[in-house]
Amino acid sequence: MTTFLGMPATAPRGVGNLRGEQTFPAAAHDALADSQLRRNLRHATTTIRGKSGKVIAELPDWQPLRDAGSAIKTDVLARLPELLEQLEERVTAAGGVVHWAADANEANAIVTRLVRETGSDRVIKVKSMATQEIGLNEALEEAGIAAVETDLAELIVQLGHDKPSHILVPAIHRNRAEIREIFLREMPGVDPALTDDPPVLAAAARRYLRETFLSTTVAISGANFAIADTGTLAVVESEGNGRMCLTLPDTLITVMGIEKVLPTWQDLEVFLQLLPRASTGERMNPYTTMWTGVTPGDGPQNFHLVLLDNGRSAVLSDPAGRSALHCIRCSACLNVCPVYERAGGHAYGSVYPGPIGAVLSPQLTGIADNASLPYASSLCGACFDACPVKIDIPSLLVHLRNEAPHPRGERAAMAAAARIMDRPRVYAAAQRAAKLARIAGRRGRGLPPPLSGWTAGRDLPEFPEQTFRDWWASR
Amino acid sequence: MSSKDLILGRVRAALRDAPVAPPVPREYRPAGRPASLDVLVDRLLDYKAEVHRVRQDEIATTVAGLVDGAVIVPPGLPRAWRPAAAVPDDGLAPDRIAAAAAVLTAAAVAVAETGTIVLDAAPDQGRRIITLLPDVHFCVLRPAQVVAAVPDAVARLDPRRPLTWISGPSATSDIELNRVEGVHGPRHLHVLLLDE
Repeated sequence: MTTFLGMPATAPRGVGNLRGEQTFPAAAHDALADSQLRRNLRHATTTIRGKSGKVIAELPDWQPLRDAGSAIKTDVLARLPELLEQLEERVTAAGGVVHWAADANEANAIVTRLVRETGSDRVIKVKSMATQEIGLNEALEEAGIAAVETDLAELIVQLGHDKPSHILVPAIHRNRAEIREIFLREMPGVDPALTDDPPVLAAAARRYLRETFLSTTVAISGANFAIADTGTLAVVESEGNGRMCLTLPDTLITVMGIEKVLPTWQDLEVFLQLLPRASTGERMNPYTTMWTGVTPGDGPQNFHLVLLDNGRSAVLSDPAGRSALHCIRCSACLNVCPVYERAGGHAYGSVYPGPIGAVLSPQLTGIADNASLPYASSLCGACFDACPVKIDIPSLLVHLRNEAPHPRGERAAMAAAARIMDRPRVYAAAQRAAKLARIAGRRGRGLPPPLSGWTAGRDLPEFPEQTFRDWWASR
Repeated sequence: MSSKDLILGRVRAALRDAPVAPPVPREYRPAGRPASLDVLVDRLLDYKAEVHRVRQDEIATTVAGLVDGAVIVPPGLPRAWRPAAAVPDDGLAPDRIAAAAAVLTAAAVAVAETGTIVLDAAPDQGRRIITLLPDVHFCVLRPAQVVAAVPDAVARLDPRRPLTWISGPSATSDIELNRVEGVHGPRHLHVLLLDE
């Protein structure tokens, strides 16, 4: 048998942050016991839902913008090869260098080599989901290169030796008092009189990072958008740490998933309206930087763009699942999800938590490695309504549940149920037996083995005293 | 086989069902609506920028009245706008720029609906670094530069230039998802809207 090298491949094991150590039910069980975490998440997600709803209501054309955003992304995926080649050509013509990385290992190797070539042993980073996905910081560290996260929430996570738990605000699980403690403990030179007032905490981060910004010669970023017909890259941010990274160093290395490309410059008019309002709940985020290759005398004079597959082609190969690649990483679906709000981001095990993570991570890794994630949802549909590019996440979840491997006991039980339901007299008998189970007092305790797995994460419905059939017969 | 060929081969194999995308519906409000200065001012204030309505000959005194110390200016800034403490950027070192009290620039475009100012590194706006390191940014805006919404700005801007979209002073939502002004970028944004 020959292996065709062009077959879509999932993200490799042993590198990156797409797979958790526990299944979702086990991890969520621990998270649910943490009442501080639940309070922090409820507070933060309630705040952002209110802000986002208010600024979305200001736009009379929000729905047409969503329709346009969704259609542009569908078009992008259908024409991905030609758009990527066009992007490469335009970036190269503007003085940039384009690299192609088939997976996390290759991307990490390319970036490590590029940093080494500059002679620097330190890089500054602007928050990027792609580089978290591939475990770039860990790879750089192994090569003796320090990666300094400059986004406030990333800094809180890095200083706290913690893991990100939200796409937009990786430290959403921390409240101001916890952030103050982390800064006091881990931030060199911090004022011991630091209070937990958010502006004071922000000022501490400003002082801490200022010298690092001015003295580091290499920066690493992700990209929110890349425009195929102009070769323009865009990074959307708030604090100015992005501007620092994209402006001050001599060398800029941008790692971008291949699905982030947009066909035309004009398409930005759609996404620059959708993203801030859905994401931070602002009319516009404080800063957006756009650059096309290299500008002599202004900003980095060496620009490298690393185009990353790492499982995206595998997602693309499933016609029913590929719309997960429409995601613009706004995190609106996390903020409205009742499961995310209670379980928190760590329970998903991947850098992509919440509803979008539950459909993206299993497709990037192959369903066997994240088989429990499509079940991390009540299918309430709030995520679909909130998604600015109209990804039908509930349908994707159901589709992936069908793809997921099912335990033998569950398959046997389902087959038995199907046989019973096919035969009305057997079904009536089974209903009477279920009544007996009620009398036998199993209520609230779930099903007995070997069916107990089914009720470990579900409430067993209480059987009524009288079945509908009995009621109908005795009417 | 190069990684480029590998990835493009995988993507082509993934698209073997040859999906055809329907035309993109663009039923949203297009560019070309009239811009309202009042909306712009309202949105700027909402995001904690300060707004001054001034004549051209009042720019220098307004700036001088608000900051004490060196004011970096791009080389192409009109001479009549420059305060006495103006330091033209002729390739200043980053330390020098960071130590300045403020920076004074023009702008390329402003978006009323979002309260956004866009700089495009033209000679009256300068290198991106000069509007990044000082703590106070004064930005002079002509009414003719104000457009209604994002599509108007995208249509006016040249993507080949380095662009910086600025909506209020530096801010973060990273602590409990509340917006806090003032992190790494300028903590104070003053918009000098010209009376013309």
